Amino acid sequence: MREFKILAVVVFFTLLVYVGVEPFAHSQMHAHVEGHDFVYDGTADIEEANTRVEKTKEALEKAKERLTEVQSIENSPQEDLVKAQDAVTKQENALAKAEETVTHKKSFWANVASIAQLDVNITNGEMSFGTCIACHNGAGINMGGVIPPNLDRIGSLYDKNYLIALIKDPAMASNVDHKYANTMMHPMGSVMAMVTSDQQIADIVGYIMQNKVGELEPKAAFEEACVRCHAVRYAKVTQLGDTPEFKEEKDALAHKIKVLDEQALVEAYMGKLPPDLSMMIRARSPHYMETFVENPQTQLPGTSMPRVGLTKENYEKVKTYLEEVGDPSKPAREAIGPWVILFFVVFTILAYLWKKSQWKDLH
Amino acid sequence: MSSRRDFMGMALGGFSALGGLAALYAMKRSWDPLPSVKAAGFTTVDLSGAQENVLNVEKWRGKPIFILKKSADMPADERDVLVGSDRFLIAIGLCTHLGCIPAYLPDQEIFHCACHGGQFDASGREIFGPPPSPLVIPPFKIDGTQLVLGEEGPEYIKMKEAGVIA
Amino acid sequence: MAHFDENAKPFSNQWLNDRLAIDTVKRVLSTEYWIPKNINFLWAMGMILAATFGLLVVSGIFLLMYYKPDANLAFDSVNYTIMSEVGFGWLWRHIHGVAASVVFLIIYIHMLTGIYYSSYKKGRELIWISGMLLFVTFSAEAFSGYMLPWGQMSYWAGMVITNLFEGGSLELTGLVEWIRGDYVPGDAYLMRFFMLHVLLLPLVIIGLIVFHFASLRLPHVNNQEGEEIDFEEAARLYKEDKKKESKVIPFNPVFLSKDIFVMGVYFILFFFLVFYNFDFAMDPVNFDPADGLQTPTHIYPEWYFLWSYEILRPFPKDPGLIAFLIAQVIFFLLPFIDRSSNVAPAHKRGLFVIWFWVLVVDMIALTVLGKLPPEGMFNTLGTVAAIIFLLMWPILFVITKFEKKL
Repeated sequence: MREFKILAVVVFFTLLVYVGVEPFAHSQMHAHVEGHDFVYDGTADIEEANTRVEKTKEALEKAKERLTEVQSIENSPQEDLVKAQDAVTKQENALAKAEETVTHKKSFWANVASIAQLDVNITNGEMSFGTCIACHNGAGINMGGVIPPNLDRIGSLYDKNYLIALIKDPAMASNVDHKYANTMMHPMGSVMAMVTSDQQIADIVGYIMQNKVGELEPKAAFEEACVRCHAVRYAKVTQLGDTPEFKEEKDALAHKIKVLDEQALVEAYMGKLPPDLSMMIRARSPHYMETFVENPQTQLPGTSMPRVGLTKENYEKVKTYLEEVGDPSKPAREAIGPWVILFFVVFTILAYLWKKSQWKDLH
Repeated sequence: MSSRRDFMGMALGGFSALGGLAALYAMKRSWDPLPSVKAAGFTTVDLSGAQENVLNVEKWRGKPIFILKKSADMPADERDVLVGSDRFLIAIGLCTHLGCIPAYLPDQEIFHCACHGGQFDASGREIFGPPPSPLVIPPFKIDGTQLVLGEEGPEYIKMKEAGVIA
Repeated sequence: MAHFDENAKPFSNQWLNDRLAIDTVKRVLSTEYWIPKNINFLWAMGMILAATFGLLVVSGIFLLMYYKPDANLAFDSVNYTIMSEVGFGWLWRHIHGVAASVVFLIIYIHMLTGIYYSSYKKGRELIWISGMLLFVTFSAEAFSGYMLPWGQMSYWAGMVITNLFEGGSLELTGLVEWIRGDYVPGDAYLMRFFMLHVLLLPLVIIGLIVFHFASLRLPHVNNQEGEEIDFEEAARLYKEDKKKESKVIPFNPVFLSKDIFVMGVYFILFFFLVFYNFDFAMDPVNFDPADGLQTPTHIYPEWYFLWSYEILRPFPKDPGLIAFLIAQVIFFLLPFIDRSSNVAPAHKRGLFVIWFWVLVVDMIALTVLGKLPPEGMFNTLGTVAAIIFLLMWPILFVITKFEKKL
């Protein structure tokens, strides 16, 4: 009995340490981010904009307090007064802008929702879709920072609401509008001048959802959604797609230079070269990955990574692919694990019986 | 009683040995060549540009491979590899004595190994010195004018059955 | 001159006895190495440590075959070659990573057992000191091994820990650069820590293990009551088959049979961690390649270093370093700070039992606080816990001085 008491003490303190340094410490280090189950209706964006309003209000309060403080001191230097006054003005402007963003986002996503309700004309949609092909031509030429993706299967890959929003205003849809003074500056911003009516958007998306569909393997889903910006060196995938086999070193180097050029363009557009995703599946927790891909701003506020608008099903495919590359031992681990544990359970039972036979005459 | 004691100890020992065997298997697998090494075990050579009586040496799995297009006056041999109407010697370029690389002497149409003086004719058969057997023919496949080293094609299998590859 | 039986068959028992005295060796180290009978499963921690060290060596050998100690290649040689190309490479890596973490849990249990049962004094001082030397060498081994995958945590841990050698206001920048062989952790640094990890430190550890075992042979293992046993008398009884009356058992096979049972239980837990819960020992942040231009948002040592890290953190630079140094060496002095001559379990030693549990709780508090972000309340608690830890030692001196003799 005494041994069980001692064991209980040891187990208790061990678990205490474990809970303290693992679940508890991590809950304190990372703010919890709520996912939206890959529904793109603007809820998250409006929440975010509201939070910014709250924060700006707080900053404004502080600036005002500081101003009162400076004013209350007799003979406070003129420059302090000016500084405090400027700070207040700055925060007032920021607040006005933040409030405007909230209104703008609300009306934008309300508009997206209403477009989704419109009756569609597929034939008109097909005609308007021709506009897209001018850039999305499959030539693999970088335009404004990235190579415009192939559109053949986007109806299967992306969410319908997201596609509507994307044609309406690409920067707003991908939640990177903070990067642009005018969202027309987005590499795909010109679509806003080319497709102007809500009905036209509805028709194009209707056409896409009906005709631009197809079965996507995990690798294909990943390559179409992520590889414009991210490389995966363990799978020999670069921003230019799969790396071919070269017999001559000269050809291999020439290809490498092409990759470096493309990476330089992506880097110029994104601010820094997006990370290689080879090991990402082990470097981030599943929850982080999911919420990050759904809406990058939630986990990394201010990041230049756009929201890509994957459906839940296709996110799972992306995850599967990243697991195949970054954690290829998972199937083997899961297959062997139970046998090893079983082995040691039997081992322990046999060892117990041996111990019992050895200790039989001792007491 | 003491027999029961021994029995449990031995049962435990035997069971642990099973686990040991499993661990040894895992260790053995860790020593195996990597998949990337195995995948690199195939080399393709284009034979269309080959010239008669000029030795071409290719590297395959780290070893030199002799490729010699035979001229008309060289005697035919069952070890000849036919590509269209051309006859080729295809062999691992390591002397069957102790593994040095023989040099080809085009005027005498023989391979001469400088290490211990072994000689082979243009069909790769040993003709002088210590080598105990002809130059070894590596697994190959003929695909048009392409030679794929590392893969067993029908010509190679036929030679293997005839017992002439080494 | 020894007598050699000329008629003994080569490699027969007699032949080997003449040359190696195998029967004597077996008797001294195994069948007549007497261990007290009055023990509990905590006495198995030594053999569990030996087994875990064995696992570390074996898995390490297989990792060594494909690891490349080069700042440009290390990360991929671990995460690509070993994890996805080498047959069962992932298994060796997970065993190695989990064992490196769990071995410290067992070391701490082993140490605290020694403290609880007063197994560090009256002839057992060298066991304690050699054990502490092993603890310090294992720490160095763990740290150097942590550098090898060359991920973000490796790099930044290397940066921060080597900076400690600057010595605060002493500003020994030269020393830091000498340790690194570079201005920052780089290729030279990785190579020398690789050498330490796979050669020099393992050699030292093996030597210390031999020393640790040797220092145990004469004073013998302690028992649950701290009773001074007449081992010769007890051994005589055992050999006369009066096993019930004897207070001892032979190391082999009786003591070992219990050790192996406890080991079995431990291995179930161990391999559960290897297959299903390895993230605690293989920090996800370290799966980002080392980047000297970007510090991760949160950096923290592995859990087993957290308590001493937390003693460093709440103080200003210089006092922090001094406190840290004290934390590193103070346990060595335990046999000499404890002034009482009692060898008994803590619950029979009056105030000592309170001291013991306060120490345990304080070290756990330091461990948890060491991982939390140093902000607000956590900072205050950390400072309090660190000060308590430092005060524990003069307090121990006083309470043991006035401890009643049992």
